[in-house]
Amino acid sequence: MSENQTFALEVRDIVKRFPGVLANDHVNFNLRKGEVHALLGENGAGKTTLMNIIYGLYHPDEGEIFVNGRKVTIDSPHDAIRLGIGMVHQHFMLVPVFTVAENLILGAEPTKGLSLDLKAARQAVVDLSQRYALEVEPDAIIEDLPVGVQQRVEILKALYREAKVLVLDEPTAVLTPQEVEELFVIMRQLTERGVSIIFITHKLKEVLTIADRITVMRRGRVVGTVRPQEVDEAKLAAMMVGREVVLQVEKSPAEPGEPVLQVRDLVVEDERHLIAVDHVNLEVRRGEVVGVAGVQGNGQTELAEALTGLRPIREGQMLLGGKAVPPRNPRYLIEHGMAHIPEDRQKHGLVLSYTIADNLVLCTYYKPPFARGLQRNQAAIVENAEKLVQQFDVRTPSIFTTAGSLSGGNQQKVIVAREFSRPVDLLIANQPTRGLDVGSIEYIHKRIVQMRDQGAGVLLISAELDEIMSLADRIAVMFRGKIVATVKAEEVNREQLGLLMAGSPASEVLGQPQPAA
Amino acid sequence: MAEKTTQNPQGWWPQMKRLLLSFSVPLGAVLLALIIGAIIIEVSGASAWKAYTALAKGAFGNAAGWQRTLEKSTPLIFSGLAVAFAFKAGLFNIGAQGQLLFGAITAAWVGFAVHGLPPGLHAAVALAAGAVAGGLYGAIPGALKTYTGAHEVITTIMLNYIAMGFTDYLANGPLKDTTPGNIVARTPAILDSAKLPTWGWLPFGFVLALIGAGFAWWLLQRTTLGFEIRTVGQNPHAARYAGMKVARTVILTMVISALFAGIGGAVETQGVVGRYEPGFNANLGFDGITVALLGKTNPFGVIPAAMLLGAMRAGSNVMQFKAHVAQEITDVVQALMLFFVAADMIVRWLLRIRAAEEGEKITLSTGWGSH
Ligand SMILES: Nc1ncnc2c1ncn2[C@@H]1O[C@H](COP(=O)(O)OP(=O)(O)OP(=O)(O)O)[C@@H](O)[C@H]1O
Ligand SMILES: [Mg+2]
Repeated sequence: MSENQTFALEVRDIVKRFPGVLANDHVNFNLRKGEVHALLGENGAGKTTLMNIIYGLYHPDEGEIFVNGRKVTIDSPHDAIRLGIGMVHQHFMLVPVFTVAENLILGAEPTKGLSLDLKAARQAVVDLSQRYALEVEPDAIIEDLPVGVQQRVEILKALYREAKVLVLDEPTAVLTPQEVEELFVIMRQLTERGVSIIFITHKLKEVLTIADRITVMRRGRVVGTVRPQEVDEAKLAAMMVGREVVLQVEKSPAEPGEPVLQVRDLVVEDERHLIAVDHVNLEVRRGEVVGVAGVQGNGQTELAEALTGLRPIREGQMLLGGKAVPPRNPRYLIEHGMAHIPEDRQKHGLVLSYTIADNLVLCTYYKPPFARGLQRNQAAIVENAEKLVQQFDVRTPSIFTTAGSLSGGNQQKVIVAREFSRPVDLLIANQPTRGLDVGSIEYIHKRIVQMRDQGAGVLLISAELDEIMSLADRIAVMFRGKIVATVKAEEVNREQLGLLMAGSPASEVLGQPQPAA
Repeated sequence: MAEKTTQNPQGWWPQMKRLLLSFSVPLGAVLLALIIGAIIIEVSGASAWKAYTALAKGAFGNAAGWQRTLEKSTPLIFSGLAVAFAFKAGLFNIGAQGQLLFGAITAAWVGFAVHGLPPGLHAAVALAAGAVAGGLYGAIPGALKTYTGAHEVITTIMLNYIAMGFTDYLANGPLKDTTPGNIVARTPAILDSAKLPTWGWLPFGFVLALIGAGFAWWLLQRTTLGFEIRTVGQNPHAARYAGMKVARTVILTMVISALFAGIGGAVETQGVVGRYEPGFNANLGFDGITVALLGKTNPFGVIPAAMLLGAMRAGSNVMQFKAHVAQEITDVVQALMLFFVAADMIVRWLLRIRAAEEGEKITLSTGWGSH
């Protein structure tokens, strides 16, 4: 690299304070033209904050920003977009009731005379999605789409605005391995065309695969910048967390007891009343972890929502602890020992405007000690929060901070802490470690295994093959709404799982006919 | 909107500061409205200074002024509470007017038709009847929303017309005052035993209104029911996830909201008018919307907001008499206040109020999820 090269983007000595938090502490960071620069760091390290500053959403308290060597002030996303900076947020910023095409053009609408040119917008979606092999239906309504597809729309949106610097804040958190590979192909294509990419992720493998350089942050500071050739996963993890991290889950063989969840011939519809879960049979016993593997959008979301009472069951039966459950009654399920880590933490899992303390009693607020008669018991709520925040290492200045101002990973920790804080017979965990840093994943995996060993049944739904492989005792593969195979974890390998998830018949992949469930 | 249920015991000052900051928009709106009102007065050839001082004198200049102000504020506090309470569950109760009318006429009916009750008890029964009548009327839009998905803004508007028509009919028909010589639509006067007292310049109804505000705050911030209501308002998906009965909460919220409106009507009947007479209740419910917005949908914020509007009404006579400015200017100023609080952004921009105000935001007219 030449000495006086200009960076596509450079920030110098950025400081950003929030009440009680130094989110960015004299951060220096630069991005070369056409590189993929990964930004790593534990939950709450300040990555999203830095990106929000670059994108004009926050004003830095101190520091300077340079684009192509020129000093700039970015007061709003509008400025950022004009400077060629595009961002895909950790939590999507799409208008849920608009179509894909409408979302794409929002803020940069093509017009014909005075009216919106929606036809041009649709065409743009088709063109872009063809060019980058990002498949989306231009007329689909965003809220009907699975998270994985919503994210493609976010990427398309930035591309539509001809971003030269693209910030991807944990884009892979919601993607399946295949989709991640596709994304990497896209990223490569983009960098070849001179786009520079800042890529935030918690997945060390991905960083080592795609990044040209890696910058690690911890507690608001840059710890260092390295090249992937110089490090390995363990080293990166240690840099991030400041200690050695056990990347492999340690667990003893399962000792399954009586069934705690039995599902028979379950049929569930999606928003458009199409069959999303198609005669599924499933059993989870005490003391075992059953993993549901599958490519996003094959009915896992609907399955989890039906089992947790959030979505009507059209046909079939669900038994909890041997007893049939009343329809659509989350309260009954909670009272009968079910805990649920929902897939979409901001939609179901949290009330963002509430304090951490309130969120931690969201499911138990009406019971002693959190309620005394009609009244809420503030002291107990506070005490509970102090305890859980400490136990689960939620990084926050106070338990009175609103959940909405926590970093994404810390929001997830609040949910996990809440769901683990009551006696549980059955845990339904849908993407439980999405967005968590390696240290926190280690901790939550340990807790899940511990829960299993204490006799709870766990239904783990995860797009993360690694997570399924390392936690599950039995694995059910879901494809197009059906459970196509159920196998013991030790009897299957990654490749076989991958094939099953892609729809290859179980008899071919596994060599012998498989009984369903 | 900055209030939290689990208050930070250590940081009362930052909390206080945020609370004050969160009222900067309504304060700004009031200020802007008064300024524009002043300009209009000046343009029409009178002295704005004279007009406003006369207004203030009329409202607060002596005991009679205070009494008038408090009397005028009382129903506005109740209707403001009704609107603000529903807001917390994400519901826009435009039907406070209709609920208030039912409260007013029911209290009047109990007040004149029921004989033989001792004074305190009679008044209490009439109040309770007014509250229940209002509350039941509020259950209708709640149930319609829950079972048919009909939006409460539409249904409450329509129910207002029904209430106006029906109470007019009652006051002109079955419940009409048949005193010889009476030609207007009104009920007979209520018995003395059903009247609410006034202690010196302090109307008992006003005290009830203050208690009502305290009760609303307590219910919302301190009880499990209030937690459910606020959760449904803030994130109905999370409410359902947490096992809350969203439909039941919606109906219950509408009923409680309407109870406040109903009491407001009853208090007006028993404390001020002494019977049901349609003209006296016109707009009291609608003005609750202005009051609730000026008070930032905070039960305690509703009190000063209602008193401001009450004072303008109480003092407008004196203003007209002394400064020769038409009373109606106060309506204009009030309308401007509503306009400016509703147009939040304009006030922020004009007064350079920072938008970084956090806390519970009210999102109106979001559906609360599909069935
Ligand atoms: N709007 C805000 N108000 C108050 N504090 C905030 C706000 N945004 C972020 N913070 C705090 O700043 C710190 C850094 O948060 P940030 O979101 O940048 O972390 P992150 O590195 O992106 O973490 P994650 O990997 O969990 O997404 C956290 O302690 C967070 O609580
Ligand atoms: Mg983040």
